[in-house]
Amino acid sequence: MKRLTKGNDAIAMAAIEAGCRYYYGYPITPQNDIPEYLAREFPKIGGVFLQAESEVAAINMVLGSAASGKRAMISSSGPGISLMQECLSYMSGSEIPCVVVNIERSGPGLGGISPSQGDYFQATRGGGHGDYRTPVLAPYSVQEMYDFTFLAFDISDEYRNPVLILADGMLGQMKEPLDTRKPPMRELPPKTWALTGCEGRNPRLLKSLYLGVRELDKHCWDLHAKYERVKQRETRWQEVGTEDADLVVVAFGTAARIARTSVADARKMGLKVGLFRPVTLWPYPEQRLEELAKKTKAFLVVELNTGQMIEDVKISVGKQKPIEFYGRPPGAEALPMPIEILDQIREVYP
Amino acid sequence: MSQEKHREMRLINPRPRTLIDRPSHFCPGCHHGIIHRLTAEAIDYFNVREKAIGVASVGCSVFLYDFMATDVLEAPHGRASAAATGMKRVQPEKIIYTYQGDGDLAAIGTSEIIHTANRGEPITVVFVNNTNYGMTGGQMAPTTLLGQKTTTTPYGRDFKRDGYPIRMTELLATLEGVAFCARGAVNTPANVKKTRALIRRAFEVQIKDIGFGFVEVLSACPTDWGLKPIDAVKRVEEELIPYYPLGIYKDKKEADHF
Repeated sequence: MKRLTKGNDAIAMAAIEAGCRYYYGYPITPQNDIPEYLAREFPKIGGVFLQAESEVAAINMVLGSAASGKRAMISSSGPGISLMQECLSYMSGSEIPCVVVNIERSGPGLGGISPSQGDYFQATRGGGHGDYRTPVLAPYSVQEMYDFTFLAFDISDEYRNPVLILADGMLGQMKEPLDTRKPPMRELPPKTWALTGCEGRNPRLLKSLYLGVRELDKHCWDLHAKYERVKQRETRWQEVGTEDADLVVVAFGTAARIARTSVADARKMGLKVGLFRPVTLWPYPEQRLEELAKKTKAFLVVELNTGQMIEDVKISVGKQKPIEFYGRPPGAEALPMPIEILDQIREVYP
Repeated sequence: MSQEKHREMRLINPRPRTLIDRPSHFCPGCHHGIIHRLTAEAIDYFNVREKAIGVASVGCSVFLYDFMATDVLEAPHGRASAAATGMKRVQPEKIIYTYQGDGDLAAIGTSEIIHTANRGEPITVVFVNNTNYGMTGGQMAPTTLLGQKTTTTPYGRDFKRDGYPIRMTELLATLEGVAFCARGAVNTPANVKKTRALIRRAFEVQIKDIGFGFVEVLSACPTDWGLKPIDAVKRVEEELIPYYPLGIYKDKKEADHF
């Protein structure tokens, strides 16, 4: 049975089902449904909801709960995510898992509250200081908001690393029928690193400071090796009609959701157009895109910004084929209609 | 010494079990070592070493994990009390303590400490105030005294430019959530004994679930003050204590009930 559900609520519902009982947050539009849902539901099931004095404090509370070995989550939007970057760097360096949800609004600065994809660089390039990565999942439906929350917890626990869910105000605020069956969860290793008091064992330490001779470079290479494993095992994407496509539209999240309709309309007009949708933004499905570049004639990148993911498309495709761009930075009523993307498809169609 | 005499000798104040037996990296005359020991003694006193989890901060105090035989988490600069909050919420039966310097707690972490205290989080905070940023080479801290020369106040701290030295203990004592709040020093044997009792009480209010426990300890920093250890101890007595009076500022006898 499916229930008509708001995207933000779907994330909160999934977090509960995934066994998360610790949520720390701070109000910001357009993600407030998540803390409000958990503030209501957690007390009924013994969970802890705490509204912190800032996003800085909130993510550090997540650090404390996650270091204790429990699943902990935080959600926010761009400005709040910016404030969390310090701690996300520490958590990555100390190898402590957590799930961070970014329901993007528009920047830079206070920007606005309309849906945006302006935080792509922040999400995929580490975000904070130092040499680290965070896996990023980009849902494009309410169903995926739900399913990816389970996946995010599993990936974060398996690799002991923060995982980001990058959605936007559109996905967070819209309602769609949701199948609330629990997706299969992974078998995960026990958290033998958790800080629970040293009864019957030696004291444990979670830290990111390495001052010894050749300590930090080893640590960085160890992390790098872990990120390579993530690349090999967790890279995800979706393709629609790319087998014979002369033009491949590349888009993620809300932009991909709109472009899906445009691509279907183009097919009806007899144009050989496909859609390539990265589902993980880091690791980016570079290899598959490189393969597609050998078959297709051109690419059209569509984003709700002035051009960020296009850099990853360029890295993947190189100079093999022309890469066109259609950017729709955010603003009130600024989301593109399917016909506007269709117009672009027709304009650049090879 | 005769065999007979030797047999009569006994160690009346042995190394606390919680304090790891290894040479400290602290500068000669630094008070961190004493304050580490008093913290370890309090943990031993309540026999909670295996239930205790420390949260280290950034600065000289980060190396807490090298000396305390408890689990330790290293928190970002200033955020120890927020991380401790997240731990205590998961493990209310464990003993969570933070150990923070004045740059960490009274500057970058002011927001976190005020709100943790105000929530009445049942954790213990040991706050070491040596009136400067020690590890980074002796820059001005919010606690630097007026006229005090540091590397970033080479002509002395001027209230017109830098404001006034902040008294964290007095500030926190005004908050409803605070159960115990006190200031001690370790510049004399008498003060060490008094501070031992204060730190013990700051753990006790957590163990008895009365609430948030806080102890500020005035500490010498001879290296960055540019003083010999003996003179640094003298400075604690003559300059620090008059501005930062020692004593108990708040001591709730029982937890608040609704």
